[in-house]
Amino acid sequence: MSDLINVHNGNNMRIVVVGNGMVGHHFVEQLIQQNNVSTKANNDIQLDIVVLSAEPRLAYDRVHLSEYFSGKTAEELALTTPEYYQAHNIKFALNAKVININKLAKSVTTEAGDVFEYDKLVLSTGSYPFVPPIPGNDQPHCLVYRTIEDLENISASSAVSQVGVVVGGGLLGLEAANALKEAGLHTHVVEFAPQLMAVQVDNGGGRVLRSKIEALGVQVHTQKATQSIEAGDTCRYKMCFADGEVLETDMILFSAGIRPQDALAREFDIDIGERGGIVVNDQCLTSDASIYAIGECALWNNFIFGLVAPGYTMARAAASHIMGGDVTFQGADMSTKLKLMGVEVGSIGDAHARTEGALCYTYENQPLDVYKKIVVDAEQKKLLGAVLIGDNSDYDTLLQYALNDIELPAHPESLILPAGADAAPALGVDALPDTATICSCHNVSKGDIIEAFDTGSCNLADIKSCTKASTGCGGCTALLKTVVDNELTKRGVEVKKDICEHFAYSRQEMFHLVKVGAIKTFDDMLEKHGKGLGCEICKPATGSILASVWNDFVLKPDHISLQDTNDTYLGNMQKDGTYSVIPRIAGGEITPEKLIVLGQVAKDYKLYTKITGGQRIDLFGARVDQLPAIWQTLIDAGFETGHGYAKALRTVKSCVGSTWCRYGVQDSVGQAIELENRYKGLRAPHKIKFAVSGCTRECAEAQSKDIGIIATENGWNLYVCGNGGMKPRHGDLFATDLDTETLVKYIDRVLMFYVRTGDRLQRTSVWLENLEGGLAYLQQVVIEDSLGLGKELEAQMQNVVDTYQCEWKTAIESEQSRKRFRQFVNSDESDMNIVFVEEREQIRPATESEKEHFNKTQNSQTQSSQEKDTELATELV
Amino acid sequence: MSTQHNWITVCRDTDLVTNSGVCALLNEQQIALFKIKSANDEKIFAVSNWDPIGKANVLYRGLLGSVQDAKVIISPLYKQRYCLESGQCLDDDAIKLIVYPVRIEQNHVQLQWVD
Repeated sequence: MSDLINVHNGNNMRIVVVGNGMVGHHFVEQLIQQNNVSTKANNDIQLDIVVLSAEPRLAYDRVHLSEYFSGKTAEELALTTPEYYQAHNIKFALNAKVININKLAKSVTTEAGDVFEYDKLVLSTGSYPFVPPIPGNDQPHCLVYRTIEDLENISASSAVSQVGVVVGGGLLGLEAANALKEAGLHTHVVEFAPQLMAVQVDNGGGRVLRSKIEALGVQVHTQKATQSIEAGDTCRYKMCFADGEVLETDMILFSAGIRPQDALAREFDIDIGERGGIVVNDQCLTSDASIYAIGECALWNNFIFGLVAPGYTMARAAASHIMGGDVTFQGADMSTKLKLMGVEVGSIGDAHARTEGALCYTYENQPLDVYKKIVVDAEQKKLLGAVLIGDNSDYDTLLQYALNDIELPAHPESLILPAGADAAPALGVDALPDTATICSCHNVSKGDIIEAFDTGSCNLADIKSCTKASTGCGGCTALLKTVVDNELTKRGVEVKKDICEHFAYSRQEMFHLVKVGAIKTFDDMLEKHGKGLGCEICKPATGSILASVWNDFVLKPDHISLQDTNDTYLGNMQKDGTYSVIPRIAGGEITPEKLIVLGQVAKDYKLYTKITGGQRIDLFGARVDQLPAIWQTLIDAGFETGHGYAKALRTVKSCVGSTWCRYGVQDSVGQAIELENRYKGLRAPHKIKFAVSGCTRECAEAQSKDIGIIATENGWNLYVCGNGGMKPRHGDLFATDLDTETLVKYIDRVLMFYVRTGDRLQRTSVWLENLEGGLAYLQQVVIEDSLGLGKELEAQMQNVVDTYQCEWKTAIESEQSRKRFRQFVNSDESDMNIVFVEEREQIRPATESEKEHFNKTQNSQTQSSQEKDTELATELV
Repeated sequence: MSTQHNWITVCRDTDLVTNSGVCALLNEQQIALFKIKSANDEKIFAVSNWDPIGKANVLYRGLLGSVQDAKVIISPLYKQRYCLESGQCLDDDAIKLIVYPVRIEQNHVQLQWVD
C-alpha cells in the first residue's frame, strides 16, 4: 500500500475521506468538480485525495438497495468505478477501516496499520442499524439491512426459510419487508408503536397504509414489544412479546432505525451529541478545525438527517469550505415521497399537526384505500404539512406550497379533493407553485414573473418585455394576465378590469354599452366611450362584440380596421405570412366528390395538407393573393368558410353514430351537422368547439369540448365548458336525457350567456370557473330561467343564426373586398420571401438558412447557367 | 413611377384603405402604407413591410392603434408594436423599422426613398 502514502510537498492539500457511502462519494465528486472550476483561475492548489472505505467495494446506491432482490446486481447499484477514481487521481483503499485519529500529527491509521497524513479530514462514516437489546438477537438468522453484504446474508437466509419477520415498521422496515416478500417468504412486520411509519405519517394515514400493506399479503403487528427470541416450535425461532403473544418465524430482520456511526470520533475526543452524532456547524466542521463530518454520522442543530439529499447538501458545504467557497448547510426539508410495495406514500413537513393552532383537512376514500390530509396554520393561509397514502399525485404541488409559503386558496381542501363532476372549482393561479411554467415558449415560470415584479415591473406590459412571457405563441396570454392580476391584487394594487388603455371597461361592460347604446361601429364606440386609436386588444374585442350583437359582415369597411389579420384575411396567418385554408366539413362528414375537390385545390396551388383534430382538412401555404381564387373554387364546389381564423364556433366533432356503429344509440353525425350549421359563424370571446358522441363510449371525446353531447337511450346528455388545450378540463354534466328541441334551447342560452358575459379570450372553462355560483348558477339561469333572460338569449341566438353568411362568399363577390387580397397595390408580383422546400413529399416553409442557400444557388445559376441544383427548393410564383 | 424633387409616386390615394394598411413595391423593397383617420385628422405613414422579429413581409396586415400619444402598427405575427413616426419597436429597443417620408400630391401617394 506504499503507493497510497500521501506526500506533502508544500503546495498541495491532502484530504482524507473516511467512508465511501453515497455521501462520502458525493463529497469526492464535489471536490473534483469545484477544483476543476477553481484551478482555471487559481492553479496553485493541488488536491491530494485519499478515500478509505471499510466496505469491500466503492460507493453504491443504498436508496435502491431493495432492488438487489429484484435482480439488480452490485455493479448496477454502483455509483462509481475504480477507473473513475483513478482517472481523477483519487487514491483509495477498500476494506480499510480507520481505527485511529491523531489530531496533533494530523494522521489516521487503518486496521492494517497504514498511516495517512491529512490537512483536512472528512468523516463520512454513515450510520449503522439499531438492533434492540433483545435476548437472543445474535442468532444466525437474525440479520440487519444496510449493506450489500447484509443483502447477501438475507438472500442466503431466505433460501432456507419459509417465514420472515421485520422488526420495525418505519420506512426502511417496510422496504425490508418488501424484500422478504419478493424473496417468497410469509412476511410479518412487527412494530413497537401503534402504527406504521410513525415518524412520517399520522394515525389515520397509518391505518390506511396498514390496510394497503396487509392487502398485499404482509401481516402487520403493531404495539408489540419483543421480549425474547427463543427456539421455535413450528419454525426456527419464536418471538415472545410483552403481551404474552408469540410469533413463529425462520428469520428476523432488524430495521428499527439507524444510529450515527460516531465511534471513531467519540474515541478521539471530537464533540458528540448527547444521543450520539458528531456535532457539526454550518460548514460541517466538527470541534476540530481540520475535521469535517457529513451525512448520517453528523449532528447538525441536534438533528441527524437520515436521508440522502441533506447528506449531499452537507457534502457540498464541506467541499465548498475546503475550497474557499461559501456554501453552507442550513438544515433540510425532510419531506418524502416514495412507493412502498407499490403503495404511494407522501409526507410533507408537519405531518402530525404539532404546530400550535394547526388545523387539518382530511379526505379518505375507503373503497380505494386513499388517504390525504393537509395541515394548515390557524389562519388557513399556509400549508404546514401533509400526509398522502395511496395517491401521491398532489405531492409536488403541496410540497411547493409548504416550501415556498405560498398562500393557500380560499378553500384549502380543494387541494386534496379528487377532480370530478362535483369537485371544488379548479385551483386558481394562487395554487400554482412558483416553479409552474406559465409561458412554455420562453420558459417563464410563475416565480420569474413574481421576481420581475420584485425588480420593478409594475404592469402586464412590463412583465411581457422583461420576461418575454406570452411573446412566443401567445397561448398563455390569458393565464399570464390572471397571474399578473393576481400578483397585483396581492400587492395591494387595484386591478382595473379595463380591457386596455383605450377603454376603461371590461369586455362584458363593453358588450352592454354596444347593446344598450345601439353602437354599430368601432369609431362610434371609441368616440362615446374610449380614447386614442385603439389597439390589438380593444379592436378585435369590439369587432367580436359587434359581430355577436349585430352579426354584420366582418369585412364591411366600417369593421375592416377592427379585425386581427386572421379575421381580415379570413385565414390563419402562418409563420411565413402565408395563410391556411380550412373549409367547413360539418360533423366531419364529406362526400368523395368534395374530398376530390380539396385534393385538386391543394394540388393546383401546391398546398400542404393535414387532417385536423376537428375532423377537417387544413390546406397550408396559400399566399394572400391566392386566397380569393382558392376560395372561389371551393365555394363553387359547395364549400363554405370553416371560421378556422375566428374566435367563433370551429367544429362539431362526431363519432359515426347509430347509423353504422353496432353500439350507437343515436345518430350523432346527423346531430353534429345540425348543430354545426346552427351555430357556425357565431362570434364569441374565444373559439368554441363541440362534439357529439353516439353512445356512452364517447368516441368523439365530447367531454373535452365547450359543448359536449353524449347520446343516451332516451335522448342526449349535455356537458358544458370542457376544454382540451393548455389547461384541460372535463365538461360538467349539465342536463340529461334531453330531446333535441330542449338540447338546442339550452345550448342557445348557455352560449349566448357566455358571449354576453365572457371576458376577452376567456374560454368557456375559465368563464364557468369564474362565474359566481358556478355550474349550479348556470343551470338556474338556463334551465330554470332564474333571470328571466331565456327568451332574450334564444332570440339573440336566432338572430345570429338567421343572419349567417359565409364570409368568404361575401368577400369574393365584392370587387372592393377582393382588392384587399393583394400583396402589392402597385404590382402583380408576389412576395419573394415566401419560399418552400419539400419534406415528406409536401411543401413546408424554408428556414432562414435554406433561403440563403437558395438565393446563392439562384445567383450562381444565372451567372453560369449551370443545371438546376437538385435540392428541392421550389419557389411558388 | 415619376420622380419630382425625389418624391416618387407609388399608387393613388384611393388604393389606401382607411385605418388599415396596404403594401407597395418600390426598388424591390416592400413598403407598408397606412392611412389613419380620426375625427379631425388624417395622416399617411410609410414604413418597411418586413417584420424583423417574425421575419416575414406582413406588417401592412397588422392592426393600427395607439400607445399613449404614439400611433403604432402592431405586428400580425407576434404583436410587437412599432411607432409609425419613428419606426421604433416599443417592445424591443434594439429594433427599428425604416420610415419613409410620405405625402399625397394630387391624389398620388408619394414617398421619398430611404436607403
